[in-house]
Amino acid sequence: MSGGNGDGLIAPEVAERVLARALANGGRFAEVFAERREGLTMAIDESRLESVQAAAEEGAGVRVIDGATTYFAHVDGLDPADLERAADEAAAALRGERAEPRPLGALFSRPIPIERAPADVEAGAKAALLRELDERGRAQGPEIDQFSASYMEARRRVAVANSDGLLAADDRTRTRIGAQAVARRGDVVETGAETLGAHRGFELLEDDPGQIAEQAARKALTLLDARPAPSGSMPVVVGGGFGGVLFHEMTGHGLEADHIQKGASVYVGKLGEAVAQPLLNAYDDGRLPGEWGSDGIDDEGAPTQKTLVIAEGELVSYLYDHVTAERDGHEPTGNGRRESFRHLPIPRMTNTYIAPGEATVEGMIEEVENGFYAVSFGGGQVDPATGDFVFGVSEGYLIEAGKVTAPCRGATLVGNCLEALAAIDAVADDFWMKTGICGKGGQKVPVGTGQGHVRVGRMTVGGTAR
Amino acid sequence: MSELSEATRRAVEAAQAAGAGEAEAYAARESGREVRVHGGEVESLTAATQSGIGVRAWIGHRVGYAYGTDLSDAGVATIAARAATAAGVADEDEFAAPPAPAEIEALPGLSDPSVTTWETPRVAELALAVERTALAADERVVAVETAVYADSSERVAIASSAGVAGEYESSSCFAYLQALAAGENGRETGLGFGIARGPAGLDPEGVGAEGAARALAMIGAAKPESRACPVVLDPTVAASFAGLIGGALGANAVQRGRSPFAGRIEEELASPAFALHDDGRDPEGPASAPFDGEGVPRRRTALIEEGRLRGYLFDTYTANREGTHSTGSAARAGYRSLPSVSASNLLVASGELSEAELLQRAGEGVYVTEVAGLHSGVNPVTGIFSVGASGRMIRGGELAEPVREFTIAGELVAMLGAVEAAGAEARWVPFGGSVRTPALLVAELSISGS
Repeated sequence: MSGGNGDGLIAPEVAERVLARALANGGRFAEVFAERREGLTMAIDESRLESVQAAAEEGAGVRVIDGATTYFAHVDGLDPADLERAADEAAAALRGERAEPRPLGALFSRPIPIERAPADVEAGAKAALLRELDERGRAQGPEIDQFSASYMEARRRVAVANSDGLLAADDRTRTRIGAQAVARRGDVVETGAETLGAHRGFELLEDDPGQIAEQAARKALTLLDARPAPSGSMPVVVGGGFGGVLFHEMTGHGLEADHIQKGASVYVGKLGEAVAQPLLNAYDDGRLPGEWGSDGIDDEGAPTQKTLVIAEGELVSYLYDHVTAERDGHEPTGNGRRESFRHLPIPRMTNTYIAPGEATVEGMIEEVENGFYAVSFGGGQVDPATGDFVFGVSEGYLIEAGKVTAPCRGATLVGNCLEALAAIDAVADDFWMKTGICGKGGQKVPVGTGQGHVRVGRMTVGGTAR
Repeated sequence: MSELSEATRRAVEAAQAAGAGEAEAYAARESGREVRVHGGEVESLTAATQSGIGVRAWIGHRVGYAYGTDLSDAGVATIAARAATAAGVADEDEFAAPPAPAEIEALPGLSDPSVTTWETPRVAELALAVERTALAADERVVAVETAVYADSSERVAIASSAGVAGEYESSSCFAYLQALAAGENGRETGLGFGIARGPAGLDPEGVGAEGAARALAMIGAAKPESRACPVVLDPTVAASFAGLIGGALGANAVQRGRSPFAGRIEEELASPAFALHDDGRDPEGPASAPFDGEGVPRRRTALIEEGRLRGYLFDTYTANREGTHSTGSAARAGYRSLPSVSASNLLVASGELSEAELLQRAGEGVYVTEVAGLHSGVNPVTGIFSVGASGRMIRGGELAEPVREFTIAGELVAMLGAVEAAGAEARWVPFGGSVRTPALLVAELSISGS
């Protein structure tokens, strides 16, 4: 078998030779990661189809671990000569006795199946989809002043071999569309955005994808009536789906084992302790079928898995890659990910979510006298060491006397992870996932975030109201 | 002709053979290394080489793009053919056309030989010195999350069917660390950084000391009370805001009605204390180059002077649309990206006040040393922002207790009007692009804390 699983990228005998060269000057572990990526992106803006871009890249990264040090080299190209050059460069700074890699075992590969390869769909159909988005977005009303939409398809075939004898491959296809609307009424200008993406092929777009254009436009139109957001400390109800980015930022990053091992996380030493109320259960799951953050294997060849991180409020696991798992004497959790062959793998989330609870959305809002409803975020940021976080609210409303009332613009949520996580006092039974692009250490990877509605008992809302 | 220029020439021919009327190829070859240290040991050592080519093809006024890593004859031909195919999918746009060739003046001094002459053990020692200095600064500095040194040398070549041809080499390096200081209520972080064209130009002790000082200064930080008050933005924060303003002055945002500066040329919208230029040829500028991402010569452009909005940044497409000339502001994130309008080196004019005098002038207010959430907390269309921040209180014209977990809110253009003074000492900051700026005193911003 070849091609389909990415195993055609590098012949086993070439991989063995490269690993042997990588260990020529010593080291206890060597790995070669080979990758071929192809993609197509296009956009529509001002009702004109533009920015049509086709990409094709291939290359490999070789790393050698010796003691606490990792030596890494990457090259473009997958010819045996390219791979050997990478191995020689990675080994160049080592000064030890030759070490012997184990013979490679059988190939492990279980790629997420897709139904319709985007590359087999003619470009005209993708352009037609963007034109449909454009029409439907603009049709939401004369106050839609600008509309743009984008289409992205990417296929990454990867193969990993290491000196422990592991040989694994994956074949990953992701498809994503996005819509952005700008609404204008006099001097008031507001924006709205919506995306749809998955680790799936063109079949993702068979079931009325054009509705995201209408959703983006409606968000922008709703905000035209918004007043400046209030400031102060109050209960905050956070929406489902992308609302889960709150958990991703304020807890997920702090559970990545590299931060833990450097003492740069507020969750250091908290395993087995209550960090949230008993109503909270949370997972990182790289195997959710078709989800944006799912893969067959991680970028070190470990099978992806479902990891319970918070069980009834108790912190039960961190997220590991190969290096951090070895250091802690823990099994890897399938979280060793990298942006491309040009990057070292580090512990990263896959799809991270708060499991559905028992509350209802109506119920958790009714109990709030004066508060804020953050439906979705534009993004967020956290310093895992201090736990300080900040989130920009893209769609938010006041809650007054148990009812959702006026839309608000310009709200930001700030707080500290440990306090905010412990303050989650209700989790609703509705649940869905959304796509995100997560940046860490200069590397961007696709991640899924999800939850039902949750309520944080108290959080600081920073608005622009005077 | 170098191998890289040769590849661009072949790509242009291949694109035309595949049906493109006009074509342009941009190729880059880069080698670099990165050293990460932790706890007195080298944590990782990376050696990287990469090269690739991006081809823009025009069929009439339809444009398409393709890029790839395969620089062999066959590889380049495939990429060029994909670019022509992509052009066939795009819609007609009367302003889409390749730039005409212009005289490119050489810009010497973009490469520092120490990038290659300093061998890896020597730059590893530099990174270790960064960490060591921070740890030695004070016993409350308990760890350094990571100290990093990285450098790269790049060769860039461009060619087009319109006759553009150019090539240059440049080098850059940086070092940074995140220091961790232990306080009574947990840990505080402090960033220290330096940028130069080669390791010989870095001051590792200065980088380490800055990270330590920033972390130590935050020990015991609490939430400030909400208020509207004078705010001093330190250069790292001023640079982030300057980057946002530079983005909003790009003609692409302006022409599509997505900028708070649209339609306001020559309007007196900023305070006379604030002036902003873009200079793609500044000898010290990290983003300096003889030509931009489509082969147009880099230059200096006045954006805001004497409080007035003087101009926008243009690439060839937006200039065609406006009936003006490109300001040499087509940027590329390497061969993987289509050129698009972006600032090169943004220069915020310095004033006359020392930092102590700026604080005196502020009287009672907040000194902001870090902002977070800029990508989500700023509406680029309206300029309305609310971002997370930390820093120090200013009491009686002097720095007082540290504060954190608050937001600063306002509106970008109004903020420029409220700049009361600029500090005398400017520095290069790699956040928000490449910016040289002093600290800025803003008469009033909203602070939201407890």
